[in-house]
Amino acid sequence: MRLFEKKTSKKQDSAKNSAKKSNKNILRLTYMIVVLFVVMIGYEGYFLFFQREDVINNTYNARLDSFSDRVVRGKIRSSNGTVLAETLVGEAGEETRSYPYGPVFAHVVGYSARGKTGLEAAGNFYMLRSHINLVERTVRELGGGKNPGDDIYTTLDVELQQAAWDALGDRKGAVVVMEPDTGKILAMVSKPGYDPNTLNQDWDWMVEDVDNQARLLNRAAQGLYPPGSVFKLVALLEYIRENPNGYEDFHFDCDGIYEEGEYSIQCFNQTAHGSMNLKEAFANSCNGAFASLGLRLDKGQTRKTAEELLYNSQLPLAIAYSKSLFQLKEDGDVWETLQTYIGQGKTQVTPMHTAMITAAIANGGILMKPYLMDHVEHAGGETVRQFTPQIEKNLMTAEEAAILTDMMAAVVTMGTGSAVNTEGYTVAGKTGSAEFEKGRETHGWFTGFAPADQPELVVTVIVEESGSGGKTAAPVARAVFDVWFGRGF
Amino acid sequence: MINLFVDCSRYLMILMMAVYTYLNFRYFSAGEEQRKGLCSWQNRIMFLMHFLAYMIIYIKTEDPRMAVFYGAQVLFFMAYILLYRLFYPGSSRILANNVCMLLCVGFIILSRLSFGRAARQFIIVAVSGAAAWLIPMILGRVWQLSKIPWVYGLTGLGLLTAVYFVGDTSFGAQLSISAAGVSVQPSEFVKILFVLFVAAMFYRSTGFKQVLVTTAVAAAHVLILVASKDLGSGLIFFVTYLAILFAATSSWLYLGAGALSGCGAAVVAYRLFSHVRVRVSAWKNPWADIDNTGYQITQSLFAIGTGGWLGMGLYQGMPGKIPVVSKDFVFAAISEEMGAMFAVCVLLICLGCFLQFIMIACEMEAAFYRLTVFGLGIMYITQVFLAVGGTIKFIPSTGVTLPLISYGGSSVVSTLILFGVVQGVYVLKREEEE
Repeated sequence: MRLFEKKTSKKQDSAKNSAKKSNKNILRLTYMIVVLFVVMIGYEGYFLFFQREDVINNTYNARLDSFSDRVVRGKIRSSNGTVLAETLVGEAGEETRSYPYGPVFAHVVGYSARGKTGLEAAGNFYMLRSHINLVERTVRELGGGKNPGDDIYTTLDVELQQAAWDALGDRKGAVVVMEPDTGKILAMVSKPGYDPNTLNQDWDWMVEDVDNQARLLNRAAQGLYPPGSVFKLVALLEYIRENPNGYEDFHFDCDGIYEEGEYSIQCFNQTAHGSMNLKEAFANSCNGAFASLGLRLDKGQTRKTAEELLYNSQLPLAIAYSKSLFQLKEDGDVWETLQTYIGQGKTQVTPMHTAMITAAIANGGILMKPYLMDHVEHAGGETVRQFTPQIEKNLMTAEEAAILTDMMAAVVTMGTGSAVNTEGYTVAGKTGSAEFEKGRETHGWFTGFAPADQPELVVTVIVEESGSGGKTAAPVARAVFDVWFGRGF
Repeated sequence: MINLFVDCSRYLMILMMAVYTYLNFRYFSAGEEQRKGLCSWQNRIMFLMHFLAYMIIYIKTEDPRMAVFYGAQVLFFMAYILLYRLFYPGSSRILANNVCMLLCVGFIILSRLSFGRAARQFIIVAVSGAAAWLIPMILGRVWQLSKIPWVYGLTGLGLLTAVYFVGDTSFGAQLSISAAGVSVQPSEFVKILFVLFVAAMFYRSTGFKQVLVTTAVAAAHVLILVASKDLGSGLIFFVTYLAILFAATSSWLYLGAGALSGCGAAVVAYRLFSHVRVRVSAWKNPWADIDNTGYQITQSLFAIGTGGWLGMGLYQGMPGKIPVVSKDFVFAAISEEMGAMFAVCVLLICLGCFLQFIMIACEMEAAFYRLTVFGLGIMYITQVFLAVGGTIKFIPSTGVTLPLISYGGSSVVSTLILFGVVQGVYVLKREEEE
C-alpha cells in the first residue's frame, strides 16, 4: 500500500470510513445522472413516437423533397374521393401535377410547383410516403421503381365549393364554409383565382401582379379586411358582458346621423332607424346605436374580449393565414372609439377568422379546431391516419352564445339579412358593409349559420367593393345553404 | 443492388451497435474471465461495423482516399487496443474499446460530412492518442501530483484569462487562441487542470477555510468563462465543482447552497445576457423564429425526425442543412443517417464510460485519486448531456461538443488525455493490488 505508507493504522481506519461515506454520495449522484439520461432518452422516444410526423411535415424541412425520388406524390381528394390534385406519370417517367378543377380549388389545394402552399404544403409529408403492402413496396424499390404515395382525403365538398365559386361570379372575394360542431372546412373559395395547371407559365406576371388582382393571395385566410358591422358581434358580446342584467333595457333613437361633439357617425345610406332596443339596433345594424354603446364600454375589457376571440393571435390553422388585428387601446381617442365599435378604424379581420367566431357561436361558445384533412389512405385503400375533431378553445359561455344566436336570428327575420330569410330553413347571421377607402364602394360581408336552432353549417362571405353585405354577400351564402339543405338530409 | 446493400448494411450496423452496447452493460455483472470474452467480441463487432460503414462510404464516393483513410484508421485502432493491453495489463479494456468505438463513429460521420475535416481530425487523434498513451506511465512515476494544487489552479486561471483578453470570437464567444496557424481552445485543457486542482485541494483538507478558498478559485474559473460568453463550459465547470465538493465533504448543506446559488446565477445570467435569452426562447419555441434563432434547432429536429429510428442511411439524408453540424450538432447527423437507435446506443456507450469511471473512482482508497476520477467522469458526462440534450431540444442549446465524436482538435485531445488519466489511475490501483 504505497499510497498510505506514511499513515498510522488509526488514520487508515478513519480514511476508510470517510471513503465509504464519500463513495455512497458518489453513487447517489451517479443514480441521479443515470435517471437524467433515462429521462432524456425517454424524451427522444416521445419525440420520435408522437411528435415526429407533425414536426417534420414543415415547408422548412428540405429533406422531404428527397422522398420524391422514391415515391410518386399522392393525390388530394375531396371528402367523397373526387380527385382535386394528382401526379400524372408520362411514358418517359416525367411527372406532372394535374388539378382537374383548375382555379376552383386553387388556393385551398395550393400548388407544389413553385414552393408549396395550401394542402400541397400542409399534407406534403403524407403524400410523399407510401404505405402499400411491404413486399410490393420492397420489390418495386429494389427494381428502382417508384411507389405510389398515400392519398389525402380532405374535408372539402365539391358541390359546396362549386356553388360558392359560381355565386361569387366575377367579383373579388372569398367564401368559407365550416361545420361548427366538428371544425371541418367544407369549402374555401378565393377570387380571383389562377389556374394551377399553368402556374409556371403564368408565374412571372402573377407575382408582379400586373393586373393588380393579387391572384395568388388566398383571400379567405390571408385577406385582411375591415370587419364593418360584422364587428358588432364583438361589441354586442362585450356589452352583454358588461351589462349582464341591463342589456335588454338598452334604448336608442336613430335619426340617421349620430353626433358626438365634433364627430358624426352615419348609418348606411343615412337611414333613420327610429326608436330601438338592443336587438332591433343589432338587426338593423344601426351605426349610431353601436357608436353610442361603444363609448360606454371599457376599452381595455373590449380588447380582452377581442383577444379571447383570437384577435391579435395565432389561429389553429394548417395553411398560411394572416393574424387579425384589434388596435384600440385604453387611451384611444373618441373618434377611434366610435369607429372601432362600428367595425371601421384600424381593426382588420380575415374571412376565416370571422367564420371561426361564427362557428363558436353556433357551437355553444366552443370553437372546434378548423381542419382540412380528414384522413390519409394508401393506394390500396386502407386508412393510414385518421384526423378527428378537436376542441380548440372556449370563446364564450353557452349562455352568451345563445343570446348572440337569438340576436343573429333577428338580423335575418327582421333586419339587414333578409336575403337569406326563407321557408326552407332558419338562418342566424350578421351582415356588414365595410368602408375601406373614401369614394369607393364598401366591401359586403355576411356571416351566419343554419339552421339557427340546430346549426349544421357556417358560411362566411366577403364580396369586395360590392356595396351592402345584405344585398351582395348574403345571396352568396344563400346559394351555399340552398345546396346543403337541398340534399334532403 | 447497391440500394439493397446500403439498406441492409444500415440495419446491420444498428444491430451491431446494439449488441456492442449490450455487452458494454453486461460487463458490469460479468466475472473476470467472461469480461475478457466480452471485450474481444466488442473488438470484432467494432471492426466489422467500421468495415461496413467504409464500404458504403467508398461505394457512394468512389474516392480512393477513403480506402487509404480506412486502412490508416484500422491500424490506429489496432495499435491503440494492443498497446494498451501489452504495456498496461492492468488497464481497463472496456474503456479502451469504448474510446475506439466512439472515435470510430466520429470518423464515419465526419468522413461522410467532409473528408478534409475527418482526415485532419484523424491526424490530431493519432498524435494525441500516442501521447495520451504515455500518461499511465507518467502517473506511475510521478508522485507529487497531489502536492501542487496551485500550479493547476493558477495555470488554469491564467489560460482562461488569456483567452478572455486575446481570444478569437466564434459564434459570439471567445473560445480559442490562434498561433502559427493553429487554433487552440484552452478551456478544454483547463478542464483537466481544474479537476486536478479541486481534487488536490480537498485531498489536503475539507475544512471550512479550504472549502472557502477552493470555492473562490472555482468561482473565478466560472466567471471568466461566463465573461468570455462560453456558457456551456461555465456550466460544466460549475456542475463538476459542485459534485466534487459534495463527494469530498459529504455535506448536504454545501450541495444545497451550491445548487441554489447556481439557480440564482442562471436567473441573473438570463436577465443580464441577451444571448442567454435568445437560447432559451429558441428552445421554448423554435418554430416562432424558424428563419433565425430557431433555425439550427429546427433543422436538427427535422434531421432526427426524418431519419426516424432506423435512419435514412449514409449519404441519404441532408445533415449539411444543420449549421455547425460537425461540431455541436453531430448527434443529429448520426441520428439522421444511421438512425435514432444507433444514436441512442452511442449515448448509452457514453453513459457506460461514465459508469466505468465511477466504478474506478469507488475502488480508490486515496481521496485524491477518487476525487480526480470522479470529477473527470462528471465533467465528461455533463458535456455529453449538454451536447445531446441541446441537439434534441431536451434543454436549451449550450454549444458544447460531443466528446470523441465531434470535429474539433482541442476537444478530442483533452478527452483522450482525460481517458488517459483515468486509465493511469486504474493501472496504479491494479499494480498496488498485486
